[in-house]
Amino acid sequence: MTTLFEIETLSIAFSKRTVVHDISLTLERGEALGVVGESGCGKSVTFLASLGLLPDKAKATGRVRLAGEDILNAPAAALERIRGRHIAMIFQDPSSALNPVLRIGSQLSEALSLHRGLSGQAARHEARRLLDDVGIPDAANRLNAYPHELSGGQNQRVMIAMALAGEPDMLIADEPTTALDATVQAQILELIDKIRRDRGMAVVLVSHDLGAIASVCERVAVMYAGRIVEMNTTDAIFDDHRHPYTRGLLSALPELAGPKRRLVPIRGSVPEPWNLPQGCAFQARCDSASARCHQALPELVPVGDIGQCVACHHPLLGATMDDRYVA
Amino acid sequence: MTDFKQASPALLAVDRVRKRYFARAGFLSEPKPVDAVVDVSFTVARGETLGIVGESGCGKSTTGRLALGLEAPDGGSVRFDGEHLPKQGSPAWRAMRRRIQLVFQDPLAALDRRLPIAVQIRESLDIHAMGDPKARDERVMSLLTAVGLTKDHAARYPHELSGGQRQRVVIARALATGPDLLVCDEPVAALDVSIQAQVVNLLMDLQAELGLAMIFISHDLKVVRQVSHRVAVMYLGTLVEEADADVIFKDPRHPYTQALVSSSPTPRQKMKSRLLLTGEPPDPAARPSGCPFHPRCPKVMAMCQTVTPTMREITPHHYLACHLNEPASLESMAS
Repeated sequence: MTTLFEIETLSIAFSKRTVVHDISLTLERGEALGVVGESGCGKSVTFLASLGLLPDKAKATGRVRLAGEDILNAPAAALERIRGRHIAMIFQDPSSALNPVLRIGSQLSEALSLHRGLSGQAARHEARRLLDDVGIPDAANRLNAYPHELSGGQNQRVMIAMALAGEPDMLIADEPTTALDATVQAQILELIDKIRRDRGMAVVLVSHDLGAIASVCERVAVMYAGRIVEMNTTDAIFDDHRHPYTRGLLSALPELAGPKRRLVPIRGSVPEPWNLPQGCAFQARCDSASARCHQALPELVPVGDIGQCVACHHPLLGATMDDRYVA
Repeated sequence: MTDFKQASPALLAVDRVRKRYFARAGFLSEPKPVDAVVDVSFTVARGETLGIVGESGCGKSTTGRLALGLEAPDGGSVRFDGEHLPKQGSPAWRAMRRRIQLVFQDPLAALDRRLPIAVQIRESLDIHAMGDPKARDERVMSLLTAVGLTKDHAARYPHELSGGQRQRVVIARALATGPDLLVCDEPVAALDVSIQAQVVNLLMDLQAELGLAMIFISHDLKVVRQVSHRVAVMYLGTLVEEADADVIFKDPRHPYTQALVSSSPTPRQKMKSRLLLTGEPPDPAARPSGCPFHPRCPKVMAMCQTVTPTMREITPHHYLACHLNEPASLESMAS
């Protein structure tokens, strides 16, 4: 596999308050990476900044490369060529991402003309094919519908169709199913999974829901307070997680099967970005914290032999989901 | 599991309630009837938590509002502690509302931004004239402690608190009048995982301590299983299945419940083994004939299009509204 997308020591600051610190990650062609974390951990901002989608007061430093080309803070013209054509993005709320006064067909055609130079009948034809691909029934007639005439799940399918219009190499899906009902959520995740396999497209799934990530992704990055604290395979995140925060997340989740147990919340709350302690940001909520955690910031370093990385002075060893009750 | 059905008479008995709204499709069109709740019956005993799950628009929140007396049913009855709910707005209703309280999803919207939280918690004590001023102040402090906040929080405003702390304030306020029944409508949906666990534990502890009856409305099956003794599944305004929480998720019998359980993302479960429904939750304004679920049902039969199934008891305390009674295929269920 070859590297498609690479983030290197990316930091992002809003009005001089740093919210993302030194993030590095890579994405191979065709790979699906999950990014999990609680609200405010910087998971969305990381990718918005990569695509130059943050307001001017946000300052991003570091490097973001797409197929070797540096795209962070690239000029607008260069970014326009990349957005949609090479990297597409879909968001949580599809109905606010679509234009309410334009028909689905013309919004799709617009994307097709922009990215692929199609117009007229050819664009309409392609738009219909895309709607078919994303599983919208009666696609020919749906081209004439307005977003409000479609359900939330169907609008998200339209957003995915628009994302596919430029035949991108990579799709960033930011909480794509959070606003949807359970049965529809499963349909959309399945669609993303299928499209990815059919087209060999790389996927970044940003979500607070480890279950959703597990059903689509091979690797997971766990973010906490603006840093990646663990990078692991999806299987191992449940059966061999290394960071106490990952264990905390898993212990806090109720389950649908097996014996009921009392949930183990992570005590306290996430520190404010402008109020981070010296050393590890998780120290105040961590059971393994030592004097060292209060002084030195743990770096994200490789552990084990399957490419796991953890940023912790006291990483867990062989921690599986089944013994988390004692966390 | 305690058998609440026999241990005590129902605190809340909802019997075949219906609620119809009228909605305009467009600016000039005639309002069309929308049946939000159709013949829903259930009971909640003291000390029992009934979970109500379903997708958006299925009528679960309306059901909660009917149980509270915030909406008057168009048919059927709601009885609380043996008595019919008084007319909304009447003095008798106000007095009764002291005993039924509500917790909503968005704590910031439920709180007044301009008042310190202690004042807001105290307000319901003032309204219901409970105790003398000194006793009220003491009660506020003990409530703050009970929900895991401290005296230092009393003078703060909602924006000075985190999301989880705000929901604790809302819960403290709901508990101020010493209610017998707490209706929680998506109380943890807006909270992060680690905070959600704190609030879920808090609600469960308070319920056990105070012997509250609780209706817990949520779209999140895992949270509902965690907090509920019994669970009712709603689809398009009707209950389709009701059973003990352990039973309903382990051995769901309604094809809709089976699909819900299967589509809830579970660690270690891969996409292929999911039982995926086709189509989307239908529009309550255009109810299908017969069984409301038949257009999406993978096991649909000819009779489902004409005959509406009614709830029947298939095993003790397990109720099902389906012409069939089949277990889910094994591979589609979480292990």
